[in-house]
Amino acid sequence: MNSGDVTRQGIRGERPPRQALVGQGLDGARPDGRSADGRAGGRRRRRGRKGEQLMVPEAEFSSYYGRPVIKAPAWSARDIAGYFFLGGLAGAGSVLAAGAALTGRPRMARAMKISSLAAVSGSTGLLIHDLGRPGRFANMLRVVKPTSPMSVGSWLLAAYGPAAGAAAVLDVWGRLPRLERTATGAAALLGPAVAAYTAVLAADTAVPGWHDGYRQMPFVFTGSAAVAASGMALAAAPVRENGPARGAAVFGAAVEVAATQTMERRMGLAAETYRTGTGGRYLRAATALSVAGAAGAALLGHRSRTAAAVSGAALLAASACTRLGVFHAGIASAEDPRYTVVPQRERLERRRAREREQADGAPGQEDTGS
Amino acid sequence: MTDTSPAPGSLVGRNLLAGVEPDPAGDAGHADAPQRMGFFTDTSVCIGCKACEVACKEWNAIPEDGLELTGMSYDNSQGLGASTWRHVAFIEQNKPLGHAQTAVDHSDVDVFALAAQGSGTPPAEAAITPTTPAPEGAPSPDGRTELRWLMSSDVCKHCTHAACLDVCPTGSLFRTEFGTVVVQEDICNGCGYCVPACPYGVIEQRPGDGRAWKCTLCYDRLGAGQEPACAKACPTDSIQFGPLEELRERAAGRVAQLHAAGVTDARLYGEDPQDGVGGDGAFFLLLDEPEVYGLPPDPVVTTRDLPSMWRHAGAAAATLLGGLAAVFAASGRLPGRRR
Repeated sequence: MNSGDVTRQGIRGERPPRQALVGQGLDGARPDGRSADGRAGGRRRRRGRKGEQLMVPEAEFSSYYGRPVIKAPAWSARDIAGYFFLGGLAGAGSVLAAGAALTGRPRMARAMKISSLAAVSGSTGLLIHDLGRPGRFANMLRVVKPTSPMSVGSWLLAAYGPAAGAAAVLDVWGRLPRLERTATGAAALLGPAVAAYTAVLAADTAVPGWHDGYRQMPFVFTGSAAVAASGMALAAAPVRENGPARGAAVFGAAVEVAATQTMERRMGLAAETYRTGTGGRYLRAATALSVAGAAGAALLGHRSRTAAAVSGAALLAASACTRLGVFHAGIASAEDPRYTVVPQRERLERRRAREREQADGAPGQEDTGS
Repeated sequence: MTDTSPAPGSLVGRNLLAGVEPDPAGDAGHADAPQRMGFFTDTSVCIGCKACEVACKEWNAIPEDGLELTGMSYDNSQGLGASTWRHVAFIEQNKPLGHAQTAVDHSDVDVFALAAQGSGTPPAEAAITPTTPAPEGAPSPDGRTELRWLMSSDVCKHCTHAACLDVCPTGSLFRTEFGTVVVQEDICNGCGYCVPACPYGVIEQRPGDGRAWKCTLCYDRLGAGQEPACAKACPTDSIQFGPLEELRERAAGRVAQLHAAGVTDARLYGEDPQDGVGGDGAFFLLLDEPEVYGLPPDPVVTTRDLPSMWRHAGAAAATLLGGLAAVFAASGRLPGRRR
């Protein structure tokens, strides 16, 4: 496994991960012309084919043999991105269901209630499947903890799930109309929270690609939720009733695309992971599908059932791609130490420069901190 | 962060998500908590023997997690993880360590006399330390005199504001009376949220087991009045265990001593209660920038921003609800067929 040799001329046959890295006080360049930031993540991690030259940051960068500083979550993309997608579909779907019921669109209402029940069941199932100890899923409800988005989310699902379930079951059964309306209303009020909290779940981590976008991520996720739910409504409801679904598709796509662009612009270095690699591919597909789906829905959705269904499918796929894109971008930003080290190093240097300035400019004046 | 400093013990009006917090154990509900305990790892005297790694594995009965030759100097355990709670980093640099020279002739040193002094020789009494000045005109083969080999035993930082603890949805992670952070393995359901939350990449889910594991600062030994296994096993007292206050004082003295000896690179890492995690319960004396050792240069507990995250999520949820309501209002009611 170890193919390197130490000779009098230096190290020969050395593999890139084997570089002992140098720190401040030395120039970053090694005698052999390689840059000091060794590319390495170990053999166990697959890395995207990122252009090394593109990644050279302004701040001096060093790492420990190129190994990641933080640990990427062991979550599976299917389970957790799927959980985000289905949670959004269910949550925004419940709002569409309530709106449809209130405005005389019973077939759309029923379709969305059933879709929300199926989606929230699937979402919970994926969440439990991803646990290291699925048998202990009930421990999620052991405490109530506002500092843990996953605890908040578990309680939200515990309240929303039964409401969405009652709304769907009672609608199909046709009994207890008052309870059915209450459940529909409760699901519609809790739905947006179910759709939005997953953004906090991702952002409340040390993963640069998630945390650094915490201001815009909730809007990306709720926009994407509206895209998914409107897609389902277009696919499942008759043309006569799909007016609001077409409007919701345009609204959702607009929010999602605008929020994603803003997030990428303001995120800093980790935004690279939203443009390159797996994350970038999914997000480009998501934008294209959202725009195409929303345009198809708006222009053709009221004319033909087929056009509505095709647009709906595109919108559903768009939302899934958004979630997968955000998931993979975050993983990529966790696996490359550059995204952790460089912004922190820059922040530290800025703070030190400020402190030096204050010390020089106002001697005797003590900075009491902010 | 506004520090309104209310009555001690009261949590009202205090933001416990970030900033200075003098008594995390008390704030966690431990009445009459003992002093906060921690580690001071002085990497300037680490010799890379890995006794800490072995002692930790043995005492805590941590399973084997792969035997691999990495070529990363002498580091084959690679990093902290579910089954590596102490990890010794090795960094080879072309740089002198203080006044140290690589080619100093030590043939006149009586190693048996030194050994007779026993282990844990205080640096002041040691015959040779990394900072011992070399004699003038020491030999230098090939003219190369500059080399230093940094070694550092890394461990869970037991943060004042521990993101892993904050985000744990089951309450499996908790703050002990010693101010340390420990996982209760009978509660953990392996959700894995603590793993990406940790700004240091310490805690991890163990493959095959599913649950999250990390250093407990030997909670079992502390309860019995014993020091943690790694500190006990450290032959050079690179790993020092004790009340955090005392360790911080000792560390400040050690940095001053090293600076006076010409090791201007010496700096403390994680000792400042004003830093992004409110100070570490396990802090370090490093001889280079933290990232060289694989440590984040300016870690911030992610939950510092959680109130803002919830506000943004609330706004996004309201936007969704309001936007869809507006869409329905614009689409209007369909005539007939009301149930």
